[in-house]
Amino acid sequence: MTIREIEKEITEEFSMFDDWMDKYNHLIEMGKSLPLIEKKYRTDQYLISGCQSRVWLSAEMEDGKVIFKADSDAVITKGIINLLIRILSNQTPDNILNAKMDFINQVGLKEHLSPTRSNGLTSMIKQMKLYAVVFKTKMAQ
Amino acid sequence: MNFDIKKIRKDFPALHQEIYGKPLVYLDNAATTLKPQVVIDSITNYYSTINSNVHRGVHYLSQQATEEFENTRKNIRKYINARNTHEIIFTKGTTESINLVANSFGKKFLSHGDEVIISELEHHANIVPWQMICEEKGAKLKVIPINDNGELILKKYKDLITDKTKIVSVSHISNTLGTVNPIKEIIDIAHQHDIPVMIDGAQGIVHEKIDVQELDCDFYCFSSHKFYGPMGVGVLYGKEKYLEEMPPYQTGGEMIKTVTFKKTTFNELPFKFETGTPNVADVIGFGSAINYIKKIGIENIIRYEKELLKHATEMLSGIQGLRIYGEAKKKAGVISFLLKDIHPYDAGIIIDKLSIAVRTGQHCAQPVMDRFDIPGTIRASFAFYNTKEEVDKLVQAILKVQEMFG
Ligand SMILES: Cc1ncc(COP(=O)(O)O)c(C=O)c1O
Repeated sequence: MTIREIEKEITEEFSMFDDWMDKYNHLIEMGKSLPLIEKKYRTDQYLISGCQSRVWLSAEMEDGKVIFKADSDAVITKGIINLLIRILSNQTPDNILNAKMDFINQVGLKEHLSPTRSNGLTSMIKQMKLYAVVFKTKMAQ
Repeated sequence: MNFDIKKIRKDFPALHQEIYGKPLVYLDNAATTLKPQVVIDSITNYYSTINSNVHRGVHYLSQQATEEFENTRKNIRKYINARNTHEIIFTKGTTESINLVANSFGKKFLSHGDEVIISELEHHANIVPWQMICEEKGAKLKVIPINDNGELILKKYKDLITDKTKIVSVSHISNTLGTVNPIKEIIDIAHQHDIPVMIDGAQGIVHEKIDVQELDCDFYCFSSHKFYGPMGVGVLYGKEKYLEEMPPYQTGGEMIKTVTFKKTTFNELPFKFETGTPNVADVIGFGSAINYIKKIGIENIIRYEKELLKHATEMLSGIQGLRIYGEAKKKAGVISFLLKDIHPYDAGIIIDKLSIAVRTGQHCAQPVMDRFDIPGTIRASFAFYNTKEEVDKLVQAILKVQEMFG
């Protein structure tokens, strides 16, 4: 699926919830089901800074696509990462770089974007795009 | 005076708002307290009428500004029972007060090989300035450890003191664990060795009656904004004998007696330490806050808060899977806790959604977190306008969190 299609799917999924509690319950469920990152990645090297909860992120290239794996010690953060991975993992570096991530507004997670929200959704997206840049450069060489 | 909580709550306009459609429960008072209407009014009033610089003009309004500004200084002197009005220095907050002393005292009195003592439960504001000056001077920073209840181990403190110790700086009340430190004892012990003591009273002034002469502390500092006054104002009390000897911290206008390009002589206390145009409006606003507190009576506040903390401790302790960090015999204002298997950040998000303001994280006290080997805590901190009903709402919110993450 394209990034746009997945974003649409997620937006529809979230439109079913009419109160915040259901929405967060859903995020929590998704957080619990996030495939855990391998232990070797749970090190400072993969830690994203600027988070009140810790987030580890790794990226690998497979057949021209970037595979992201991530983990966090907080469940809601994991739920949010799960969404990001659904959208950005298994995509080409170019598509990742071009992704606008509009869904964040649409599903009402905007409050997690503000710089004071130290779960660092912003830092996560930035880090994922950074990986895309790196892989793109590598591919061009 | 009768402690009329209904009437008191009316004095704080920010209490009467809804967050996410429900009445706000504000339990983040250790970060900053709400302001009573009189404080807000006095700031508005200053800007609507007086609005003049202090100590400069001969015109009527400038004189009035100066008078109100200096009256606040007198008011604070009296409130903490300092000997002299010029021992009260206005800063922009606790952090600046500590930086002032660390730098200025450090410049004058610290040399290579000397030692400074702080404690394990300090706010970063009472760690980093000392760390920096020690590094600069080649001095050593020593740390009084805490026990599992979050109390300073006095025996260890005594062992840390040597003939190289030049100053001790500890907090009155821990913003993270709520521990009320035995500062009188700490001061007396230091004084037996002629070592001055600085007290970080950011939380202390809020929950205790302060008499700096009785305590005999050499420095005591606090922030207006944690004590029902406006942000951007703080106080440094210092004994005259030290303040006289200490060099200026910053330089510029206001703190100068004469300036030529060859030599500048500095103004006397307190102006030597007050550079540039001060925060006149907020100093005056802080004066109103202190008058307000005096009217309610700090003894009444302490008594009420004690009962509230007792209720909160009992209620929270009753929740399965909840662990309180900081179980000192003497505590005030603050309960830090964690829920089993739930990250404080997760809990914080849900508690926020339930219209309750608590703080989650490390509370600018990373060494405390390291001591207990935890990523952070959830901290509820109380003021005298909080109620038992609000504590009960927090309890319900915690149960909801456990249900959602269970
Ligand atoms: C014990 C303690 N010291 C220092 C500070 C710093 O105060 P301010 O940020 O007002 O300078 C705080 C504030 O959280 C505190 O609680």
